[in-house]
Amino acid sequence: MTDAAGDSLAIETHGLTKNFGRQVAVDDLSLAVPRGAVFGFLGPNGSGKTTTIRMLLGLASASTGQIRMLGSAIPDRSRSVLPRVGALVEGPAFYPFLSGAANLRRFDSADRHATSATRTARVNAALDRVGLSHAANKPAHAYSLGMKQRLGIANALLQPRQLLILDEPSNGLDPQGTREVRNLIRSLADDGTTIFLSSHLLAEVEQICSHIAVMSVGRLVAQGTLDDLRAAGIATVQVRTPDPALAVTVLRRLNLMADVTEPTHPTGPDSDPLVSAPLSPGSPAIGSPTAESPAASSPAASSIAAETIAAALVEAGVRVRGFAVVGASLEERFVALTGEGFDVAQ
Amino acid sequence: MALLVSEITVLFRRRRTWAMLAALAAVPLLIAVAVRLSSDDESGGGGPPFLSSITENGLFVAITALTVAIPLFLPLTVGVVAGDTIAGEASLGTLRYLLVAPAGRIRLLVVKYIGAAAFCLVATLVVVLVGVAIGAALFPIGPVTLLSGDTVGVGGYALRCLLLTAYVTVSLCGLSAIGLFISTLTTVPVGAMAATSVLAVVAQIVGALPQLAWLHPWLFSQYWLDFAGLLTEPLSLASFGDNALLQLGYVAVFGALAYGRFATKDILS
Repeated sequence: MTDAAGDSLAIETHGLTKNFGRQVAVDDLSLAVPRGAVFGFLGPNGSGKTTTIRMLLGLASASTGQIRMLGSAIPDRSRSVLPRVGALVEGPAFYPFLSGAANLRRFDSADRHATSATRTARVNAALDRVGLSHAANKPAHAYSLGMKQRLGIANALLQPRQLLILDEPSNGLDPQGTREVRNLIRSLADDGTTIFLSSHLLAEVEQICSHIAVMSVGRLVAQGTLDDLRAAGIATVQVRTPDPALAVTVLRRLNLMADVTEPTHPTGPDSDPLVSAPLSPGSPAIGSPTAESPAASSPAASSIAAETIAAALVEAGVRVRGFAVVGASLEERFVALTGEGFDVAQ
Repeated sequence: MALLVSEITVLFRRRRTWAMLAALAAVPLLIAVAVRLSSDDESGGGGPPFLSSITENGLFVAITALTVAIPLFLPLTVGVVAGDTIAGEASLGTLRYLLVAPAGRIRLLVVKYIGAAAFCLVATLVVVLVGVAIGAALFPIGPVTLLSGDTVGVGGYALRCLLLTAYVTVSLCGLSAIGLFISTLTTVPVGAMAATSVLAVVAQIVGALPQLAWLHPWLFSQYWLDFAGLLTEPLSLASFGDNALLQLGYVAVFGALAYGRFATKDILS
């Protein structure tokens, strides 16, 4: 574990596994988080995200596997690594009878590298950064959920950090708060801090992350840059028309497997049925009347251009009122990787 | 060092700590007021040791209060503080942030233990000081006649009170170590508090059973009330030494157990 390549990675795990009794919470996880990245760590509830974070921070020990963080082995070198890491783990936690500022001073005094001379100034700066200066002297039990969340983020910012591990930082925040946190993360990333962000909020991840890893039932199912992951997805052609049956027929003739969605709003611009079909390479339109040979249909579907589809629709007399080619959203990718429904983790 | 200051500050900023200290202060107050109100009648010689001496000399209130507080009130409050050390942080979730800071597990354990020991000292001091104050306010005071029949002045009395405070504080150190260990086993502070307090009672019950005499030298409560040597002239520190050695043994054993448990424990709260 002394390879020089490890220094370009902020977090690196190899074969990381954690068992709780016979249950495997994290299974053979190999993460590579580049320095300077905003790394989205995604996965449904119970997929092992928080357990992984606990192992990264030395709170739980790995059953097998190695961890390197900021170039040093964890947990052996935790004492020298953790002062450079800010963390929000499984929600904020505070002494309810202490004020927000007193809580931060308490956590700061636990870090033996933290200078007490600058403590008050650093606490005030951290509170200011998350917009809590006005509530600094309020007891923490009087804080709202969103304020507690922001105080938790302030705790992670007490020192200049090289790495921030944030577990669900937007949890419990209102839309403004979510936006502020997003901006805060962006500005920290601009300063060169590596951000490891665990989240369910795919839209948020999509907006701020440069890299993504997806967990499912303790296993890593995808890892790479956001663009890599999106590119692996499937684009969809969407047609809004009052002639859905005719549109479906035309699309099937082009080897596109079309579906009709009835309008959700009976009036307004979206009052027409929506016909959509995946523009997938290698997904032949099974059951299509024109699909004489699957081998021939596949390249046809992959090479089909949007304008060809539009022209075919218009030529057939379909009243096209809306036409779009939509890239795969992260959500679709996520569901494709982790499965659908509430019981995916079981 | 900063963490220790923070620990003690947080401990004594809790309303719960003050409530317990107030309850302990109530012991000498109650004794003094009760004796004062009934001092016209001859007390029949019953009650805790030194009770009958109070009417003659108010300075005995502190010693009487201490003998009343040692079997139950002091162990109860110490059980609350010691049982809360790690389990309390775990249940609040603050334990993970202290460790991530990073506090260092051994350092945190040591700081927590010193905090609990500081509470033992303050709790004992409260009983003694409030006892001295209320005794001086309600009763005549004067030179104190010791158990050996000798008489000491204010200076001698102050020295005995300090020694007594030290003795009782040391007596509670073993129990604090047990509480710290139990506290590392759970994330439910109330459970650790109750278990620690119950152990203190059990030890005293076992100590009262002659059939279990072979066990008595090993009970942490064995010397709790053996401070008579501090109230004689010349001063006898033999029981102080025995007690200190026994308590040190408990601190070593349960400190090691707490370390063994806490150093590698997965913090999942």
